[in-house]
Amino acid sequence: MELLRLATAGSVDDGKSTLIGRLLYDSKAIYDDILKSAEQVSRRQSAEYLNLALLTDGLRAEREQGITIDVAYRYFATPRRKFILADTPGHVQYTRNMVTGASTADLALIMVDARNGVLEQSRRHAVIASLLGIRHMVVCVNKMDLVDFSYDAFAPIRDEFRGILNDLNVENAHFIPMSALDGDNVVEESARMPWHTGGPLLAYLEQVDVTYDPGERPLRLPVQYVIRPMRHEYHDYRGYAGTVADGIVKVGQDVEILPSGKTTQVIAVETPDGEADQASGPVAVTVRLADDFDISRGDMISSLDRAPRTTQNFDATICWMSDTNLLREGTTLRIKHTTRIARALITSLSSRIDINTLSAQPDCAELKLNEIGRVSIRTSTPLVCDDYTYNRTTGSFILIDESTNETVAAGMIGSPGFGDFASS
Amino acid sequence: MNASTTYKPVLPDAGQLRALESESIHIIREGIAEFDRPCLLFSGGKDSIVMLHLAVKAVAPARLPVSVVHIDTGHNFPEAIEYRDRTVERLGVELIVGSVPDAIASGRIPESTDPGASRNRLQTPVLLDTIRSNNFGAVYGGARRDEERSRAKERVYSFRDEFGQWDPKNQRPELWSLFNGFIHPGQHIRVFPISNWTELDVWQYIADQEIEIPSIYFAHEREVFERDGMLMAASEFLRPTAGEVVTTQMVRFRTVGDMTVTAAVPSTATTLEQVIAEIAATHTSERGASRADDRTSDAAMEDRKREGYF
Ligand SMILES: Nc1nc2c(ncn2[C@@H]2O[C@H](COP(=O)(O)OP(=O)(O)OP(=O)(O)O)[C@@H](O)[C@H]2O)c(=O)[nH]1
Ligand SMILES: [Mg+2]
Repeated sequence: MELLRLATAGSVDDGKSTLIGRLLYDSKAIYDDILKSAEQVSRRQSAEYLNLALLTDGLRAEREQGITIDVAYRYFATPRRKFILADTPGHVQYTRNMVTGASTADLALIMVDARNGVLEQSRRHAVIASLLGIRHMVVCVNKMDLVDFSYDAFAPIRDEFRGILNDLNVENAHFIPMSALDGDNVVEESARMPWHTGGPLLAYLEQVDVTYDPGERPLRLPVQYVIRPMRHEYHDYRGYAGTVADGIVKVGQDVEILPSGKTTQVIAVETPDGEADQASGPVAVTVRLADDFDISRGDMISSLDRAPRTTQNFDATICWMSDTNLLREGTTLRIKHTTRIARALITSLSSRIDINTLSAQPDCAELKLNEIGRVSIRTSTPLVCDDYTYNRTTGSFILIDESTNETVAAGMIGSPGFGDFASS
Repeated sequence: MNASTTYKPVLPDAGQLRALESESIHIIREGIAEFDRPCLLFSGGKDSIVMLHLAVKAVAPARLPVSVVHIDTGHNFPEAIEYRDRTVERLGVELIVGSVPDAIASGRIPESTDPGASRNRLQTPVLLDTIRSNNFGAVYGGARRDEERSRAKERVYSFRDEFGQWDPKNQRPELWSLFNGFIHPGQHIRVFPISNWTELDVWQYIADQEIEIPSIYFAHEREVFERDGMLMAASEFLRPTAGEVVTTQMVRFRTVGDMTVTAAVPSTATTLEQVIAEIAATHTSERGASRADDRTSDAAMEDRKREGYF
């Protein structure tokens, strides 16, 4: 059974944390003492009901303010699947924390309050989730208890959001009317919305297929660490350790080492379970090669066909995350891409993405906190990369401020593939 | 809502454990590759044992290029110390002990005179001193996000300032598995390779990999007494007060820590399979069942973590 990583999204107070609490509660993943403490706090807050958001809002400030500030990771399993849930904050100020939670997700759960409909923040989160390459989205129209469980409240929101997801080229979209607070259509099918025939959320999450076939894909193995045991019995041993980012690594396979471009053959594949003939998926391996080239951290082991690009210049989309600095043309930052660190110069800031129209706002002089822009970057050493839409590992990077060491941007190589940027 | 039916776990399968294992090895390799001087916090408890096991795999067949650090409150289970010493010997790694009793004796930290006070909180200054004096840039810890709700909020690479403080309201964004390990002198990163493991994942992995663990994790006879609804081991460090009756019972420990704050649970489980079955059937969380120190307040852990605790 696979692991499904999902992240919540949507505007503040639309019920994300309540939904996660409800999922955990109804699938019996809450210990008695944890529940008792949430009940006590609910009573202290004079809530009329158990405040399920308390099961994930774990910081003192979050409980005091009744909002989520940073991502909480929760875990639960059913006999059919294991889930890693990232409950993200809806408040605009904390968008970068939402990006953190969504960056590793396979699926986004987007909450919309049935009374308020689609807000700018709901749309922003959908755009970010799509930019981050999340191909599966479930739009949960929540708080149906406050609109008499009426189909007429649900349908227009569903249709509007379907339009947004179409514009974003999201292929796998699913829509569920629910009450996270009461549990309607979360784990159990709601008797109060017989007009909804799509089943509850959990049933959908248990069966949604997020896998891909690695056999169809070229190998990408970024070298993370070179293993040279200083032990007599391993005198000539050189192992290249890393996590397979795409495709399959096989004993006997011809590979290319980038950026040098030298070719050699894989002579051994070691997995955490021991030696194997091959390995695929995000598995941590150590490979040994037929030739003793100078290979170090930051290099890439690739299949000969469909090799990645090796370049010092590329275009990318970035989410700017600094609350103290602005991004401008000419800014120099540190870049971390796969296992390589270099310096990056922003050679141009061509546009800001208007999240309402998905169009480019040209004449953009700077990016502020939580803005998304299109940039051209030149790096101090070549990067071995793919477009982000092709591979999330070899297409992603972060930018780091050289003086404060803060992570100031999430970057995706290539174009986002929607709106004005669909064809470029 | 019927509380007694709220918890019903499902055991992890081999594929899920393999995914977690690879993720952890990736994190460990990043730290080893990027930091001059990483260390690994090791208590002899199951989480640090699994982390160490993963670290050994991450660099095999080379030897582990990290120091193992134990922050010793002086109130140890002898079984855990014996296990620790045997393990570092077998792996040929350096062991550094930060001693709370030594720090008290030298006047570096004051010991509380309150009879109920534990040395748990006193570990923080000793841990920070040890990190500082050895110039460790990365400190691997075996904390899991499912342990406690403030931990559920913490990054895999958790930045600590010059005072060892964690600022939960201002954490660095953490994208994909691109960890930012850049720090200024005096600062450090706590690296949590098993962040995404649950208690049952750890137990199932120990069983699958046949990892040896200290004997106190299995049911054994011990002199215990009840305090605040918990079974505490009677020892030279913790004696019953008036009205607390010592009895001999079959117990095991669900966590291993300072003897004065770690409670036992009644048990008949003498094999790993039986331990896993008991844990899968319990309705109380690991910390709720065995950590007296977290009962002081709703945000006890968050407060300790802010100060630089594990
Ligand atoms: N009536 C009703 N109230 C709900 C429902 N879901 C959530 N709420 C309430 O809405 C409020 C906000 O819920 P949260 O779960 O904290 O919202 P959130 O989306 O996590 O908010 P942020 O994390 O701060 O963005 C709380 O008072 C919930 O009890 C629902 O289905 N029906
Ligand atoms: Mg929330």
